[in-house]
Amino acid sequence: MWFAITLTVVMGVSFFLMKNVKGGPFDSERALEPAIEANLNARYHLDWPLWRQFLHYTGPLNLDEKGWFGEGELAGSQPLGGVLTGDFGPSFRYRDFTVNDIIGQSLPISALLGTVAMMWALALGVSTGIASALRRGSGVDLALRLAATGGIALPNFVIAGFLIIAFVFLVPLLPVAGWGSLREMLLPGFCLGLVYAAYISRLTRTGMLEVLSQDHIRTAYAKGLAPRTVVMRHALKGGLLPVVSYLGPATAGILTGSLVIERLFFIPGLGLHFVNSASNRDYTLAMGVTILYTVLVYTLNTVVDLAYTLLDPRIDLAEEA
Amino acid sequence: MGAGRFDLDPGAMERLLEEAREHRGESLWQDARRRLRRNRPAWYALLFLSVFALTSFLAPLLPLRSPVLSDLDHALEAPSLDGGDSTWLAHLGEAPEEKDIERAYWQLSGLDHALLRARRGLFGTWQTGTWLGTDHLGRDLLSRIVWGSRTSILVALAATLCSLMIGVFYGSLSALLGGRLDNLMMRIVDILYSVPFIFVVIFLITLIGDHRETLEQQYGLDREKVFYLVIGAVYWLTMARVVRGQVLSLKRSEFVEAARVMGAGTLHILVRHIVPNVLSVVIVYLTLTIPAVMLFEAFLSFLGLGVEPPKVSWGLIAVDGTSAINPLAIHWWVVLFPALAMGSTLLALNVLGDGMRDALDPKMRGKD
Amino acid sequence: MAALSPESVRQGLAVGLLGLVLAGAVRLASGARLEPADLVFNNGTEVQTLDPASVTGVPEGRVVRALFEGLVVKHPRTLEPLPGMAERWELSEDGRTWTFWIRDGAEWTNGDPVTAEDFVYSFRRFLHPSTAAYYAYQLWYVRGARAYTRLPDELFYANSASGCWLSRTEDGFIRIGAQEYALAALADDAVLELDAVTGRLAAGAGELTLPAGSSLGALRPGPASGRRAAALRGAPYEATGDGEQGSWLAETAAPVSEAAWQELLDSGALLDGPAFRTQVVEPELLGIRSPAPGVLEIELNAPTPFFIDLMGFYPTFPVNRRCLEEAQARWPDRWEIEWVRPENIVTNGPFRIAERRVNDRIRLVKNETYWDADSVALGSIDVLAIEQDSTMLNMYLTGGCDVIDRVNTNVVQELMGREDFQPTAYLGTYFYRVNVTKAPYDDPRVRRALALVIPRREICEQVMKMGQQPCFSLSPPGIGAYLPPTMREGDLEEARRLLNEAGFPGGEGFPPIEIHYNTSEAHASIAQVIALAWQDALGIRTKLRNEEWKVYLDTQFNLRYDVSRSAWIGDYGDPNTFVDLMVTGGENNKTGWGDPEYDRLVAAAAVELDAEARLELLRQAEALLMEALPILPIYSYVTQNVVAPRLGGFEPNVLDEHFPKFWYWMDDAELAARRSAQPAEWRQVAPHGPAEGLYSPAQQRARAEAR
Repeated sequence: MWFAITLTVVMGVSFFLMKNVKGGPFDSERALEPAIEANLNARYHLDWPLWRQFLHYTGPLNLDEKGWFGEGELAGSQPLGGVLTGDFGPSFRYRDFTVNDIIGQSLPISALLGTVAMMWALALGVSTGIASALRRGSGVDLALRLAATGGIALPNFVIAGFLIIAFVFLVPLLPVAGWGSLREMLLPGFCLGLVYAAYISRLTRTGMLEVLSQDHIRTAYAKGLAPRTVVMRHALKGGLLPVVSYLGPATAGILTGSLVIERLFFIPGLGLHFVNSASNRDYTLAMGVTILYTVLVYTLNTVVDLAYTLLDPRIDLAEEA
Repeated sequence: MGAGRFDLDPGAMERLLEEAREHRGESLWQDARRRLRRNRPAWYALLFLSVFALTSFLAPLLPLRSPVLSDLDHALEAPSLDGGDSTWLAHLGEAPEEKDIERAYWQLSGLDHALLRARRGLFGTWQTGTWLGTDHLGRDLLSRIVWGSRTSILVALAATLCSLMIGVFYGSLSALLGGRLDNLMMRIVDILYSVPFIFVVIFLITLIGDHRETLEQQYGLDREKVFYLVIGAVYWLTMARVVRGQVLSLKRSEFVEAARVMGAGTLHILVRHIVPNVLSVVIVYLTLTIPAVMLFEAFLSFLGLGVEPPKVSWGLIAVDGTSAINPLAIHWWVVLFPALAMGSTLLALNVLGDGMRDALDPKMRGKD
Repeated sequence: MAALSPESVRQGLAVGLLGLVLAGAVRLASGARLEPADLVFNNGTEVQTLDPASVTGVPEGRVVRALFEGLVVKHPRTLEPLPGMAERWELSEDGRTWTFWIRDGAEWTNGDPVTAEDFVYSFRRFLHPSTAAYYAYQLWYVRGARAYTRLPDELFYANSASGCWLSRTEDGFIRIGAQEYALAALADDAVLELDAVTGRLAAGAGELTLPAGSSLGALRPGPASGRRAAALRGAPYEATGDGEQGSWLAETAAPVSEAAWQELLDSGALLDGPAFRTQVVEPELLGIRSPAPGVLEIELNAPTPFFIDLMGFYPTFPVNRRCLEEAQARWPDRWEIEWVRPENIVTNGPFRIAERRVNDRIRLVKNETYWDADSVALGSIDVLAIEQDSTMLNMYLTGGCDVIDRVNTNVVQELMGREDFQPTAYLGTYFYRVNVTKAPYDDPRVRRALALVIPRREICEQVMKMGQQPCFSLSPPGIGAYLPPTMREGDLEEARRLLNEAGFPGGEGFPPIEIHYNTSEAHASIAQVIALAWQDALGIRTKLRNEEWKVYLDTQFNLRYDVSRSAWIGDYGDPNTFVDLMVTGGENNKTGWGDPEYDRLVAAAAVELDAEARLELLRQAEALLMEALPILPIYSYVTQNVVAPRLGGFEPNVLDEHFPKFWYWMDDAELAARRSAQPAEWRQVAPHGPAEGLYSPAQQRARAEAR
């Protein structure tokens, strides 16, 4: 229910925001002859009033019996069902693809890269976070914390720049850009994950510190359990709670790609479209990625809520609902 | 909600509460400062940032080269430790007018002009050498970094303050209203969370670009101010959540109950009782938002949506630097120095933020 | 929700993630499967479409030229038309009818022969409103084409013999108009007369008869603008109409009832020939036909000397009718997207498409059934879509890419002097538009003062740095025999004096100029340099205003600027592509400037048969422009290609158009020979490509013989 409302509002807000910005998908350096511009607008229904475009796009009311491309001897005649049927329509900028095609091609790429980045971010973040928490106040803690903060102290395009200089030019180990092999994934995956690793490390540290000061941990220590056992068996579960709640939005963000990384490393992922579709006024693609993002955030947040119950017995989901 | 009632006369209660709060506040802040001082890294970070902020504020007073005037004969020169020269704005003659000076900079405020005049008095036309090297247009990197810090810091502060105001107001209002309204308001925040915010920012920036003339003439908002507002408008969501949480717990505390009993209005409670107590959380959050906004500014510069030249910001300098990376000639200084400046500042801010959190965290009180 | 057990959640999560990872891995694996191509070039962005009719830009052109072939192909260096799908062609005496003989043995990739009918179909489709082709106006030189492209907002009742038509608008007004070819046949000052008594509309070439004393009532004039105004006279009305636009000439003063309209249509007296009920214009009215198999005839409104160049311009390339119609039958709702998919598209060019991944690459492979496959050397080409300047350069320098199409200005000094980076003149100009509708820019003295002090040399040498040349005219030098007239020279003194005369001594009282440009570092740098020059030399305060691309276009189009950055790249090698911009009310004028004399000269040039006289007319027009200066020319473009030294057949030319058909890899011997011929100061760099070279069968035979 809230999901439906969220989705509708997000769609509505993005749609009307987008349509209110100057410029259209067909504007280019050469201004169009009015007749040709009228043809283009008619073909994509840009000459309709906004509410009608919105309803047509989202699909509850099928307002065009002639299909997306209007009438004419060469045009099609079947209606599309709109977003409700999972059809995001044709892209304005990539005119040979539907929005579904584009998402279908680029989401798996971003997802793979994102998963790699996330896994390494988790591995690095959680381990340094724990180490830092266990040796609180020591030099190790300080160094790890500084390193973790360093991860979020530079824009990722600068980090990527340094890595390219180091691993492509000075020590030619890795390809400079591209997509298609494992070697090409290393640099972008590392860059993309670094920021998340830094956050995860900090969150883990905070969470662990909190848990370690709790009674049941003290009890465990008092019982004479090995510190290793205490940390792994008892503390970690609770200490990771902040990380888990962070993972929801973070995963949505990382799965939908990062514009900067994809642009610098020439990766045909989804992140590019978040910005490009907006600047191209590619209305349908922009709506498509927005909806996708909303759905992902929502789903992942739900998953996170569920994961919470697994990790923390004190939270009962049924009660909250 | 069904807390007990007090049978004290209102005046006495009020006095008591005042006392209690002041006492608590004082001890909280004193305690925090003490613990912050003991947190070495955070304390150094604070000192570093203070020095940095001062440098940045006093940039016009320092004998730096112009950050804008290009000198293509000296493009991409490596850092050198020469002693500087006496050619600063020399071509403008003895008493340059304000508009002449603005040529070598950009539109400056009255205070900056005063500082520049003071600089003239202090250093004459002497200016530093290109200690950190020059960029591809022959502009001095040191000067660009210092002047750029002004923009970046300003953007970060203004945007953060903006998000602060919206966030605190919204969050505390939501918490105070409670019940269904609270639920609804938080749902709205949830919904806004799930809009990809890059998207919103791009559209807001372009949308506002359309109306810039109206904005400038009627509301005195130039592009930069709008820029702050837009970023602020994006970052208030988390702030609103944090504040709401804090206010909710405060709301159940006795002294607010008491004020309510004594007939104080919602607004009164909000302004007099809640806001000051939320401050600690807010400050912690602020120190963590500022670096995030600075990174965001850099990101927008990467997209070409950032500060407009001739003004400089760290984001712009960093983008300039990284776009020159190629294996033919590695001009390390155009990447390294901006990165160092940005990195150390953001690092310091983060360390300070962590330190503040530890210092202000009530759970940590008395420990360490 | 509460019903979900932790176990199932965990499983669901795992399965979901695994699925995503697997999908990604599959994509990764499929990426690894592609063999390295013989050549990789970067196209700068993902192409908008492969449909020749809908393409718009340079990147699309590069791919379309490899996939399709038009009636003519261009010589890679001189750009002269060479036989393509047409084996030969002929121009009629009056310069208005072109006849093409289609090559025997040219085939589509589906095995169909390429016929004249294919071109008739393709041109009609190109012009048809539902195709909504951006470049449709390039074919509007063809008789009846402009009207054909108009939106079908009304039902037309046309008379094919007279070229006149009647229509009834949605709200009931009846309009009378004439086809542009009917109007074109008239002299400039010809008068169309509708005799109020007999109801006959006499229009030189044809005539339309309305029922005498019909119920039409009073008529009012149609839209009166445009280059050729045809007067429509007769009591009780007097009207002018825009014939060139194909617009109506006159309209009833009041709506006409449905019944009266029907009566008008039914009365046999209405039209003096067979009547057509049509959406826009019947295709039969279009001057494109195939009178005999293998022969294509194109009739133009007026002699258009560069029309043959347009036939080598990629939007006019043909498409396969069967391919489109099959797609329409199979996917009625989305055939427009389906037919261009690599597995469906049918092409006739030197290469065919093997694979396409959005924002990644297009894999082209040699088309063995191409008529000239013998002279195609490369077996496969990858077309990349890298947008980031630094990334594409790094790809090139590390060998991942053999040709890139642009470089960032801040690395130019490292590249200059290398053998693989040799900028050459490019048919484009960079200039500032001035909004002449706004004071004080309506004063030509002010515009001239502004134009005189622009530091062009500084901009070329210090900002752009690639050898761009200062420019003093709208059209850049290098268009064949055309020598563009430059603005009068003048010095700083003159500029100050002009400003003084205009009432702004020393810039006093001059409102701050806002320089408007789209977000880009180069534009910003140039704007800063010019702003400083105006401030220093003229004492005028300036402000910079940068806007996001689409907003910038909107601002410029609606004249909400003072001075606005602009550029124009020629579509074909004729000055008309530049001079035509600035006609009164032209879509790309965007300055508010207009001069009837200028319009007259441009229109006269369009129908001038003698090449020399035609260029002279254009020269006179441009001279007028350079006197009025609604645009302030700044510099002319150079190409920015970085090309692997071993690549042969990549010829520099003014349109920066390149033809993969002719590309090949040189072997070491040829490379050494070429290097010894080039200036000694060029720095040699890694040559890319195979040391043994890669030659076409024809080249191999020629080389064997030479040996």
